[in-house]
Order: sequence, then C-alpha cells, then structure tokens
Amino acid sequence: MGKPLMNIQNLAKAAPTGAIEHRPIIDNRVSPARAAILDVLSGFSHWPLWTRLAWLEIAQKYRRSILGPFWITASTAIMTISLGVIYSNLFKTDINEFIPYLSVGLIVWGFIGSIITEAGSVFISAQGYITQIRLPFSLYIYRFVWTRLIIFGHNFVIYLGVIAYFRMPLGPQLLLTIPGLVLFTLNAAFVSTYLGMSSLRFRDVPQIINSLFQIVLFVTPIFWKPEMLGTNSRLVAFNPFFHLIEVVRAPLLGHVPATENYAVVALLTIVNFLIAAFFFVKFRRRITYWI
Amino acid sequence: MAEMQSMVPPPAIALQGVQVNFPIYYGGSRSLKKSILFKSSAGRIARDANHLLIEALRDITLTLEPGDRLALIGANGAGKTTLLRVLAGIYEPTAGNATISGRISPMFDIGLGIDAELSGYENIRLRGLILGLSPREIDVKLAEIGEFTELGDYLHMPVRTYSSGMMLRLTFAASTCFDPEILLMDEWILAGDANFLQKAHNRLKAFVVKASIFVLASHNLDLCSKWCTHGLWMEQGRAKMYGPIDEVIAAYTTTVGG
Repeated sequence: MGKPLMNIQNLAKAAPTGAIEHRPIIDNRVSPARAAILDVLSGFSHWPLWTRLAWLEIAQKYRRSILGPFWITASTAIMTISLGVIYSNLFKTDINEFIPYLSVGLIVWGFIGSIITEAGSVFISAQGYITQIRLPFSLYIYRFVWTRLIIFGHNFVIYLGVIAYFRMPLGPQLLLTIPGLVLFTLNAAFVSTYLGMSSLRFRDVPQIINSLFQIVLFVTPIFWKPEMLGTNSRLVAFNPFFHLIEVVRAPLLGHVPATENYAVVALLTIVNFLIAAFFFVKFRRRITYWI
Repeated sequence: MAEMQSMVPPPAIALQGVQVNFPIYYGGSRSLKKSILFKSSAGRIARDANHLLIEALRDITLTLEPGDRLALIGANGAGKTTLLRVLAGIYEPTAGNATISGRISPMFDIGLGIDAELSGYENIRLRGLILGLSPREIDVKLAEIGEFTELGDYLHMPVRTYSSGMMLRLTFAASTCFDPEILLMDEWILAGDANFLQKAHNRLKAFVVKASIFVLASHNLDLCSKWCTHGLWMEQGRAKMYGPIDEVIAAYTTTVGG
C-alpha cells in the first residue's frame, strides 16, 4: 500500500475564477451537527438553483397547455364551487358563508396535504443529482417546499376571487396570515426532511403515509365546521391539523386564530424541528448510500 | 491576483484509510416490515438480512496536490468509479478520513439536468447553476459557450429538437465552460462528429491542462499514460500498486495481459 505524495510544479496551475468565497471544502472529520448546519446554510445559498428547479418542475407538468400552472387553480376552483353548493345544502348552511370557508380550507389543505403526501419523493426523485454531483442535501428540501409554495400562490387567486365575489370585509386580522404562513413553511421543511429521508430508506413509508392520510382529510374540519359536531365540537382540538389550518384559515376569513391554535402549532413546530434535526444530523451522510 | 490566491488554500485532496461499504437493499430488505420484524428476532439472521454489504473501497490512502495527474487503473468493479465519487464528495467514507478543498468538476454525466423542453441557452444556464456558478458568472460565459457549440439560432430552440450530435455539442460545451480546479473524469469524455471532434479535443486538452488536480478513471491505457503522471492500480477495492504511470501500466499489463 503506497502513500502517494506527488508534486509536479511545472504544470500550469488553475487560476480560480470567481466563486472564491463559496469554495467547497469537504471534510468528513467535522462533527455531524456542524456538517448538517453547513449543509442547511450552503443549500440556502444555492437559491438561484432551487428556485429554478422548482419552477421547472411545475412548468414541466403544464408545458404547452394554455392555462399552464393555473390548471391547479382551475381544478381547485371547480371543486370548491361544486362541493360548496352541495355541502351548504347538505348541512343547511348559508352558502355565502360556507363557500369562503370551504375554499380557504381547501387552498390551505392543498398545501399541507401535498407536503405530506409528496415529501416521500424529495430525495427519491433527486437520485440523478445525488449520485452525480455533490450538492447540499438541504437544496432538495428547499426546492420541494418552494414548489409547493408556488402552487399555493397559484391557488391563492381563488381566495382573491372569493373576496371580490362575496364582498368579504378585510381587516387588520389579514396580517396574521403572514406568521401563519411562516409556521407552515417551517413545518413543511421539517416534515419533508424526515419523511423524505425515511421514505428513501424504507420504501413502504410513502405508501403508509398515503393510506393513513386519506382519513385525515375527513376528520379535519374542511368540508364541515367544528360547531356542526354539536356538543362534541371540542373533539377537533385533538387534531393537530385543525390547529395548523386555523393559523392561516382564520386570518384569511377575517378572524383572529385562538391562542390555543398558536400554542399547538408552536409545539408542533418544535417537535417537527427536533425530529428533522435528529434525522438530518444522524443520517445525512447515509442519504447517498440509501439511493 | 497573486495576493488573492495566497489567501485561498490551494486545491488539495487527502484520503486516509478510506473505506466505503455499500449496503445492498434487495427487494424485501428495504421494507419497514423486515426491519421491524428482524429487530425483534435478535441475532444472526438480523445481521445477515440487514447488513449485506459490498466493500467497494478498503483502506485507501491518497494525497493529491496542485499539479498532480492521477490515472485510476483496474478491472471493472475494482472500485475506480467509487473512488472518483468519494473524491467528488458524493460518498462520504464509511470509515477513514477524506478532506478535499477546491472547486470540484465531476465529469461523470455531462447530460445531468438537461431539460428537453428548455432552449439551448436555458440549459446552459441550468447546467452552470448545477456546477455552482452564479447567474452573473454564467452570463459572462454564455456567449462564448454558445459560439463554441456552433449551434447558432438553434440555441433558442428547445433541445428536444436537437439531434444527438447537437446535444453532445451543447452538453460538452456547457460542462467545460469554466476553469476546473479538481477535475474528475470517469472515462475520457469524447464528443461529437468529425468536424467537431478536433475542436472538442483541443478544448478538452486545454480544460485538463488548466485543472490543478486531474483524476481519470479509464480502461484506455494509452489515454492514461498520455494525460497522467501517476497511476493507481486498484483491485477489489484496494490500492494494489501506486507509482509513476509507466511503471504502473507496465506492471498492470504484464499481470492482466500476460
């Protein structure tokens, strides 16, 4: 076993062109925690790449169609109107109140649901990249969450339509949407980290999540309101998804979310962060091996 | 410029006792069911079922400094590609240390990230981003790359309209568009039709010469001796012989060919 030590001085040396400040240095002796933090930071600094990849992913799906990504909007709109008419009759509620409630609920749910059901593919779908070039692993998370946010933005058009059509009064409560969305984004990033990693290692995970998650849609107040449960309306408090939805849905409908909603979501964020940090610190280096 | 360079450590690679083991997840062993079931049934079966490993690299120690040109030689499955992937920072060693500093240019799949629906120019931009260039750096290079491809107005068309030769021109030009520091090549990248070939050769030569550190894994011993000063003969994940390229090739051919 030789110990190669080479030094040939007469060959032309490369003059580093640009990019000196983000010169990559790979060192597997650094602690996993430090490496994970560096990964998260350098992944973020690749924003021109992940924002581009996110747009491309959406564009790829709707390429050469006239509506483009607004097909997402159109299908959500059609669903809202048809379900709105049926459910408001079914539950004997005022359609003027029910359609805004349902549409905002569906838009918000669209974001949460797509994160959970598609997080499993975050790393699996990036196989080509992961095995060919070293990029921060967090880049794939940013790309995924950004894609979901863009789609959410497209669906938001429905909300604007609802405001205009139902002449909803808008107050300062609307500003509370911002912290709600920040909490959403954080949780989305955390959840997709650990779901993406565990799905890469155990390919049953996405299937398990999908089958369980269908139930969640029905037990979460989107198509119905908590008050419709009558004396049992407090039951929804046990559903974390209810609180999560409320921190964005309530402000969009002109209400202030309950303190309880914020408390549960804050707790949820901390728990998700801890799980994600555990996975990312402990198993980040195994991601390539799990492909 | 000289002052700036002195602040940056020169490109360098140091591997010490590097080991890479690939876990093999065949069919069922990947499933959660197996994992949970075997966790509860303790002992040997669990170990057998969950720890089927391929030892791709064993105890590799290697130091490369600016100016080094190394050829990796060996049969298929000897670990050449895996070693290149370790040098590219794709696989972190399962044991041992790897420190690599410098901008790495992996030339493994030069078509990585190509989007058939995007135009030639947009694909060049995307490729540049993947390679770690900033949008501004790409803008500076864009005209030169476009010119090199000789694709003219086709660069505004979606690349799905390209012939395979045109595609090769594009990916080749985009992949060799910036000065590499650490250049890693899995088999010599050769591009295109006869007209383009000479031009591509010249560009590739210039590209390789500019690289501070160059590592080539190839079965083509002529190319290895032409471009590299040292050789590392690998066998079953181990370094069997290291030395000046001619000596390593001589030893290798007598063993394998003779």
